Amino acid sequence: MNFARTAAFALCGSLLLATAAAADTVPTDSVYQLAAGFTDQDGRDFHLADRAGKPQVVALFYTSCRYVCPLIIDSAKAVEHALTPAQRERVAFLIVSMDPARDDPAMLRSVVDKRGLDTQRWTLARTDKGAVRQFASLLDVRYRELADGEFNHTSALVLLDAQGRRIARTERLGGAADAEFVEAVKTAVDAAKD
Amino acid sequence: MNTVLALAFAAALAGPGAADPDWARLPGNPAFKSVLAYEDTRAGVPVRAFELMRRPVSNADFLAFVRAHPQWQRGGVPAVFAESRYLQHWTGALDPGKAAAAQPVVHVSWFAAQAYCESLGTRLPSWTEWEYAAAADETREDARQDPVWRERILGWYANPSSRPLADVASQPADVHGIHDLHGLIWEWVDDAGSLLMSADNREQGGADKLQFCGAGALSAADRENYAVLMRTAMLSALQAEDVTANLGFRCARNLAGATP
Repeated sequence: MNFARTAAFALCGSLLLATAAAADTVPTDSVYQLAAGFTDQDGRDFHLADRAGKPQVVALFYTSCRYVCPLIIDSAKAVEHALTPAQRERVAFLIVSMDPARDDPAMLRSVVDKRGLDTQRWTLARTDKGAVRQFASLLDVRYRELADGEFNHTSALVLLDAQGRRIARTERLGGAADAEFVEAVKTAVDAAKD
Repeated sequence: MNTVLALAFAAALAGPGAADPDWARLPGNPAFKSVLAYEDTRAGVPVRAFELMRRPVSNADFLAFVRAHPQWQRGGVPAVFAESRYLQHWTGALDPGKAAAAQPVVHVSWFAAQAYCESLGTRLPSWTEWEYAAAADETREDARQDPVWRERILGWYANPSSRPLADVASQPADVHGIHDLHGLIWEWVDDAGSLLMSADNREQGGADKLQFCGAGALSAADRENYAVLMRTAMLSALQAEDVTANLGFRCARNLAGATP
């Protein structure tokens, strides 16, 4: 197993090995089938399947974004605030950069610090260019790098259940949380408790 | 002298002069005018020299791939990478049945197309590379301003899609030696997920505006080129696990020694 993971890491984003590293327990309709290697704001390497066990709110952003991206984090924070303290303990937030060329762990760390994100729950991560496109495709988030290095992109928060299946999605961003999405998060968190 | 000649001969065989039966070399264009108008690409988009498969990937090609990579056989692929209609025109996981060996493979998802190209050490072409290649006809690198060329392509779209697909390379090759960029199937591109054109997103007011960072969404620079615009509209409407009866692919690769 360790060897399989290491091999998959060497070929991060490799779809040929996409299922090799996925544990037998990963459902066929789970985003965690993607075997790509990710790195978090503290330089720790991980795979999506490592995050099984807790429902997660996932999204894409990039650190130099001046327009919508701060709103993406605001929106995820609004979801976090809408939960009870007990519910917050049982959910995770994973925000992946679509700009791997510039967003190294230090850049991600600076956003964590600036936005006051609790890394018990929050992970900002990067992966290679090919794997970002694959991950974004699984979330149906579209993006294009512009000539000036900015990105043109759609924005969404996607809720994954404890096994990585996509169970809710919202494109309504802003300070006020999408009530329907928050309900879905609460339901998933309460379901995962048992 | 003989050594020099022999070396030159060897270089010619391996180098750009050699006609590869499967791959065509395209010279590229430092400022290709895409039919898509992005605010940041008014001066054109650079397309570097690259190589493209002369033919779309066939059922026979794809059968060889799934034999070698069983995780991509029908029934074995995680649903997240290919929807339930993946390869549904085949009789079985390793049996194309009535799907002829030389017909282009269809009912393949973007993930499957990517994995196929990766298995050859190659990749899918970018949208810009595909559009640049598809601008050619039999005699010109860029035939797009010719109304006759446009009519011919639009004629294909008018055909009922229930008609069986022709074999790959049944149509004449274009000036680059490439077949079937038009007139046979639709094709996946690597950055299909960068095409933002959709009915929902074309409007620029209200809530939709929030969906986009920076420069505005896509619009058409060349409204007359319906054929290519239809391609982008279709790709932008698909998700990466989707398959259709008319959507296949071909692979691209960088020139040896070029950085990706």
